[in-house]
Amino acid sequence: MHWLALAAKSAWNRRLTLGLTLAAVALSVALLLGIERVRRDARESFANSVSGTDLVVGARTSPVQLMLYAVFRIGEATNNIRWDAFRAVAGDPAVAWAIPLSLGDSHRGFPVLGTTSAYFEHFRYGDRRALEFCAGAPFRGVFDAVLGAEVAHRLGYHLGDRIILSHGIGGIGLPEHADKPFTVVGILAPTGTPVDRTVHVSLEAITAIHLDWQGGAPVPGFSIPPEYVRKFDLSPKEITAALIGLKSRAAVFRMQRRIDDYAGEPLLAVLPGVALDQLWEVVGTVERALLAVSAMVVVVGLAGLVAVILAGLNERRRELAILRSVGARPGGIFLLLTIDGLIVTVLGCVLGVLLLAALTAAARPFAQSHYGLAIHLQLLSLAELRLLAAVVLVGLLASLVPGYRAYRLSLADGLTPRL
Amino acid sequence: MGAGPVIALADLVFRWAAREQPCIDIARLEIGAGERVFLHGPSGSGKSTLLGLLGGVLAPERGSIRFLDAELTRLGARQRDRFRADHIGFIFQQFNLIPYLSVLENVLLPCRFSARRGELAATRGGTWRDEAARLLQHLDLEPGLQQRPAMHLSVGQQQRVAAARALIGQPEFVIADEPTSALDAERQQGFLALLLRESGDAGAALLYVSHDRRLAGAFDRELAMPALNRASELRQAA
Repeated sequence: MHWLALAAKSAWNRRLTLGLTLAAVALSVALLLGIERVRRDARESFANSVSGTDLVVGARTSPVQLMLYAVFRIGEATNNIRWDAFRAVAGDPAVAWAIPLSLGDSHRGFPVLGTTSAYFEHFRYGDRRALEFCAGAPFRGVFDAVLGAEVAHRLGYHLGDRIILSHGIGGIGLPEHADKPFTVVGILAPTGTPVDRTVHVSLEAITAIHLDWQGGAPVPGFSIPPEYVRKFDLSPKEITAALIGLKSRAAVFRMQRRIDDYAGEPLLAVLPGVALDQLWEVVGTVERALLAVSAMVVVVGLAGLVAVILAGLNERRRELAILRSVGARPGGIFLLLTIDGLIVTVLGCVLGVLLLAALTAAARPFAQSHYGLAIHLQLLSLAELRLLAAVVLVGLLASLVPGYRAYRLSLADGLTPRL
Repeated sequence: MGAGPVIALADLVFRWAAREQPCIDIARLEIGAGERVFLHGPSGSGKSTLLGLLGGVLAPERGSIRFLDAELTRLGARQRDRFRADHIGFIFQQFNLIPYLSVLENVLLPCRFSARRGELAATRGGTWRDEAARLLQHLDLEPGLQQRPAMHLSVGQQQRVAAARALIGQPEFVIADEPTSALDAERQQGFLALLLRESGDAGAALLYVSHDRRLAGAFDRELAMPALNRASELRQAA
């Protein structure tokens, strides 16, 4: 019937009060969807950080921790693995390629990764995409550095710039390898992964800058100038971790067992997918808590909506009596007030989606350049639609309250409201 | 329709709660087709309750409410709502209009709720809108006001819109509950004259409830609520 038109006109008549509750509902919906979207994009971002790698190898620790420091550059390794062990694993006939990773230094807050040219050749991210240079080429000399896109962008570096590495990760006031500056020889294209935030140097460079160091500090009165480092044996003693690609994926569990059982020292090999799943289990609790909080915010918004409609109901008793006098059934009155709340809920959802889209569009360049977070400008995902459906359903249930109250009132009042 | 009464009440008893005294106790009341009846009584004499019973929003404890060919007391709540929409027009004391609808939309409300009145309005006026415009014009409302929101009208204008709404689609019975009490004396007479003329034109019986007996002269018949309702005598005696 025409209840929808009637409810819409009535709502428009109360647009100021309803507008405020509409804003509250829209904001809460935007928050709910925003958290869901950030959650999904963060997961995707993590999952995209490494692909095509069959095993990640490191010192024995928890699989999640190994993934965190080896792939995502989060946290620090407690133990390294010896170069011999890496050589043994890399030399296995089942292994197609092996990328050594040596972490521990930093440059102005960005992690420094010591590796080999195998990194630029075999490392894959996202949908099996290889790394690309937007300027320059891989490092050749000992004191050459290749920058991730974000490092170059944030610090304004160009090819040929000289940079100084610091000893240790994070914080300020770290001791610097000031005597051995590096030259930027390459800048990578953005990937939306931790690669963007990384300074890449050769394994030999890592050895070289620590030649005259001992126990985390320069040895006093002893300094080796950069032009002489080549006279020393620069082959690494230790690395932090390694990424392994196999000739056949079928061999992955056999190879994993072989590495775990390596006699030389305790090693750990993890399948990236399995470790990520474990990570989600840990992070899942926080995610659920965040979602629960934003769901509560939506509930608060809807409760406010119901309160506003209920508060306005007393002033509308005359209106309800008039509708009754021209033939409206109590059921129609019930419908009118329920639609009232439902209109605001649905409009709130629509506005919330638009608001989030506007915010996303506005924040996209910023998030990409500052956090390497690839936010997608996409239509609603299935999970988001499900959330919206839940919001509308709760809104409908909440709107039944004023609907029922109006129904009772109009039964009691009949044609003459007792005000 | 025939020559019989539009409405006939017999031995009608109603009370709000089972233990209370009856609020309505009417032995007999008949109103003929097209008849204009003036009903007066002090507040608390059961006028509003009687209107609720006639309108079918209240159901009596016992007795009969015969409306045209239908016995209202045998109908369910749903059918009574339908019956009210089809056959009765209401005018209240004030705040008669839905504030957020235009004048025209207010007048057309009965046509939307009752297929019968919609059809009759279309038959008489050509379209609903034409019929509403005709009624509004007869009730001295400027055509320019039709699209205005109802809340922007003066009280006098609002009451005339309410009259047009009560009369559209030719209901057999119009109930006016103190429709002029918010108007000054001069406008009261004017409104009453318009209402009597238009309800006569539409062939509707009119039950006009008021506490102001000065208006009674214009009607075919005058009824006093205390005389009609035995319950109010009882209450006064007690």
